[in-house]
Amino acid sequence: MPAATAKTLTDAVVELIRRTSSDLPADVRKAVRRAKEQEKKGSAARNVFEAIEENVRIARRESTPICQDTGTNIYFIHHPPSVLQRDLEKAVLTATRRACKLNYLRPNAVDPVTETNSGDNTGDLQPFLHFEQWSKPSVRFDLMLKGGGCENVGIQYKLPDARLGAGRDLEGVRKCVIDAVQQAQGLGCAPGTIAAVVGGDRTGGYLRSKELFLRKIGSRNPVDVLDELEDRLHDELNKLKIGPMGFGGKTTVLDVFLGAAHRLPASYYVSVSYMCWAYRRRAMVWNDGEVRHV
Amino acid sequence: MSSPRKIELPVLENEIRSLHAGDEVLLNGRLVTARDAAHKYMIENKPKWLKPLLKNGIIYHCGPVMKPVGDGWKVVAAGPTTSIREEPYEATIMKMYGIRGVIGKGGMGPKTLAGCGQYGAVYLHAVGGAAALLARSVVEVEGVHKLEELGVPEAFWLFRVKDFPAVVTMDSHGVSLHEAVRETSAKAAARLMKTKKRKKA
Repeated sequence: MPAATAKTLTDAVVELIRRTSSDLPADVRKAVRRAKEQEKKGSAARNVFEAIEENVRIARRESTPICQDTGTNIYFIHHPPSVLQRDLEKAVLTATRRACKLNYLRPNAVDPVTETNSGDNTGDLQPFLHFEQWSKPSVRFDLMLKGGGCENVGIQYKLPDARLGAGRDLEGVRKCVIDAVQQAQGLGCAPGTIAAVVGGDRTGGYLRSKELFLRKIGSRNPVDVLDELEDRLHDELNKLKIGPMGFGGKTTVLDVFLGAAHRLPASYYVSVSYMCWAYRRRAMVWNDGEVRHV
Repeated sequence: MSSPRKIELPVLENEIRSLHAGDEVLLNGRLVTARDAAHKYMIENKPKWLKPLLKNGIIYHCGPVMKPVGDGWKVVAAGPTTSIREEPYEATIMKMYGIRGVIGKGGMGPKTLAGCGQYGAVYLHAVGGAAALLARSVVEVEGVHKLEELGVPEAFWLFRVKDFPAVVTMDSHGVSLHEAVRETSAKAAARLMKTKKRKKA
């Protein structure tokens, strides 16, 4: 990649990071507003939602992070065969360091052996890059920032599970999701969005669940039986009344996304990922120097 | 709901004991940030310099985004981090350093609740993720300790705050709002696990 092209790409990724860190996508803002309107004025739950909305307004206006935990930076990148992965990776790393200096990101990468913070938010597996080739001429970057609080309440089940009385079927998957949200309480910064994948191995299941967060809140699942279960779980999880930040309230989850991957006959994993209310995701399409933020 | 009560820091034990779960407060004075690495450090190293900073004070579970400005610092984003990770340490820290409370998110467990009762302290909940909003309450960064060693998110930052908003969710009388919500939701979850078929709407 010529140096001039690399520079425009790096600039574009810095802008993608700024937008992702300091603003919420329209579908998430709408879901938060709807949840707020369901709570009584003056209630603890309503106060939390009002603080959330005020916070989003300030962050957006001042281009500062919505949440100080700017999270694991997860990229899903689609590119044509003519664009080299290593050029894209270099642009993302350079952009990450610059975004960290500009305070769009917190230095969030700690070496567990030496216990030192790398200082620029880069390190082994940080940012997390997932590449896929496609036949379009453009490159698409999907970025999400996923904070540690919500990542910590993610959980992987192996069915059957005697404690839950959960067998190897979708009814068992349903029980896992209910248990995961009950255990999470407010710790993942409720109201969360839940992405659960049945099948795959331990790595693939979690990877797919993260990828499901690229869906918009309110979007339908193309698989009818999963779509139906998503609706059911959405209703049922809100009956837990954990509420925003675990203060109690009508909205415990904003949405539920389900996925399925082929499994081994021996395995039946249910991988549940939790996304906090600060559901930061943005996308950018880069076509030979032209940038479109979507 | 009554209006939030202003608390000046440092604060005395009798005032903290007059607070009850559900009370809203506005904090004024100095907060000291400390999260995972800092808690481990406080227990293992027992630093003497820290004691006067924490006596009758409040610890904030927070790993902020900070911007160097001249010789000092400005807070860019400073919301609470999940507190439960400090559950093994907090009651001991209440005893060792004489703190009157901690601010965080998500609540803490039985050991900390017992510590609140024994040493006269409270758990204060701030809105998780509201980092831009809460940063506005910090009027001055008074200093920082162990920055080199622990890094920006994990260092001890001294924040002077004005009307920092929080809710008491665990008090010194053994009441935890988190326990109450957990019990209600556990019952609901048990009911849902038993329902097999969904009623057609």
